[in-house]
Amino acid sequence: MSSPSKAEAARGNVTVNVEECKGCGLCVESCPPKCLELAPELSAYGVHPARYIGHDCTGCGICFYCCPEPGAITVYRRLAPYKPVAPREIPGEQHAATL
Amino acid sequence: MALQDTIQVVEPAEEPKVATDNYEVVHEKSKLFYPEYERKSDLKHQTHYCPGCGHGVVHKLIAEALEDLGVQDETILVSPVGCSVFAYYYFDVGNVQVAHGRAPAAATGLKRACPDKIVIAYQGDGDLAAIGTAEIVHAANRGEKITVFFVNNAIYGMTGGQMAPTTLVGQRSTTSPWGRRPVNEGFPLHVCELLSSLEAPVYIERVALSDNKNIMKARRAVRKALELQKNGAGFTFVEILSPCPTIWGKDPVEARKWVGEKMIPNFPLNVYRDRKVEIPNNNAPPHKTVEEIVSGERKAAAEGMVPGRQHHFREMGIKIAGFGGQGVLLLGQLLAEMGMREGLEVSWLPSYGPEMRSGSAHCHVCLSKERIGSPLLSRPDVLIAMNEISLRKFAAQVAPGGTILYGRERLPEDVQIEHAQVICIPASEIADKLGSAKVANVVMMGALLEETECLSSATAMKVLEAKVKNPALLELDRKALDAGRVYIDHTVAVGAVTQADGFAQ
Repeated sequence: MSSPSKAEAARGNVTVNVEECKGCGLCVESCPPKCLELAPELSAYGVHPARYIGHDCTGCGICFYCCPEPGAITVYRRLAPYKPVAPREIPGEQHAATL
Repeated sequence: MALQDTIQVVEPAEEPKVATDNYEVVHEKSKLFYPEYERKSDLKHQTHYCPGCGHGVVHKLIAEALEDLGVQDETILVSPVGCSVFAYYYFDVGNVQVAHGRAPAAATGLKRACPDKIVIAYQGDGDLAAIGTAEIVHAANRGEKITVFFVNNAIYGMTGGQMAPTTLVGQRSTTSPWGRRPVNEGFPLHVCELLSSLEAPVYIERVALSDNKNIMKARRAVRKALELQKNGAGFTFVEILSPCPTIWGKDPVEARKWVGEKMIPNFPLNVYRDRKVEIPNNNAPPHKTVEEIVSGERKAAAEGMVPGRQHHFREMGIKIAGFGGQGVLLLGQLLAEMGMREGLEVSWLPSYGPEMRSGSAHCHVCLSKERIGSPLLSRPDVLIAMNEISLRKFAAQVAPGGTILYGRERLPEDVQIEHAQVICIPASEIADKLGSAKVANVVMMGALLEETECLSSATAMKVLEAKVKNPALLELDRKALDAGRVYIDHTVAVGAVTQADGFAQ
């Protein structure tokens, strides 16, 4: 799994509602940084729901627009201005977060 | 470029739902969707669409645009027949579901009745391009200020994969199992191109759900169409090439690619129309309200009314029958107009074959002091039969104790009528002597007025004066009316009790 520091550094975050996801995989196909995957286990509806791998999300929202279900995907973006808890690891992150 | 469009900074003042302490929501389920969908008993949180269906994406794009425009409570969505028939279970806006293909017609009515509302017709390709071809072409041609979203997946989805007008050449379907062959089934219908040959539409674009970039273009097109409607621009149309993984027999990712690889080359993506259209309004008809028209009629009625006139009936049904060209329908219209002028409720119901001359025609006129339930008379009180065929056909319908005015000198020998009073008037002969056999219907009207006293002959003259512009013809009509009355007075022994003026009051 991802290191906590890497997850913290991600500009975005994405959650998938397992109750709504039909496992079509369009979000996985569409995600530019490839941070979504289909879970190996089946959901209650007999599909492999999509899930966030835990890091690299930019919060671009492409997955949201590609997903046919109204509420399966919720996309988050880090609040600006970002106040890092830990010392900065990636140069230029401050600039990216205020986009 | 597409990426930039997706970047939306939500103001912190909107109290975003925070996933973690440092994150705000940028994309979530639109408020335009119901929190729960009532359609299903258990799966109230899922749409009924198959995994990977394009409808869901289009729904989201529309919902987002409507939410951003702030018109949720001003929107009326017309759901079609097809997979998206249940759109009204999802969109929390005003909803109407209409017959197959008729969404543009219903949307026309909605938009004209509520011009300040956003009216959207959401249709599939079987709905819009097959059964609804007439509706969409004419709504576009009239420049109705509605928005039509046309979701084209080149197949009939809901009914199980039959060939649609938009099915590609060579594409297999249950009704083109060896692929569509132009020699037998024709070529795919290109609706955007078709509509862009019309003058009135202001915006026509074809987009596709084939990849990220095109989905973002679709998002812009949907938004633009709705913005244009909000600004009252005119007819806006967005065609969305959309995957149908289930019927195409592909997985959702493959189906999406198929849109790009097979559909887009056949249905080129383009803005086919984007211009301001000024529809000239120089021949505006006089815009009268119903009240103005009705009060005008009342005024005319007051002018035409004989003071103190009382009608002796509560309701009188008159059936008039004869050859087409004998003035049967016109006579009915005259009687209805007279009834209106005398303050009665009236109805006129014509029935005629395609032949205008020498075919048979009849009409029903109802005169009533109360509101009329049905304009169709099964038991008329009076039958005016201008010829023998009509007499034989309709005499038995006349109510017992009713009156039959027969437009010949005597009854045919084999006809026996006992339940009603029969009066024979040689109307054509009388009219011919007056100068024209054409006024036989007015002779019959004179006879009817004199015999039944249902309406005043003064009103009849007022109506004739209003309808007949030629003075010579009007004079002929006056003579014909008098002749009919005189014939009843002097020739027929039974019937009216007359006053000195010949009109029994």
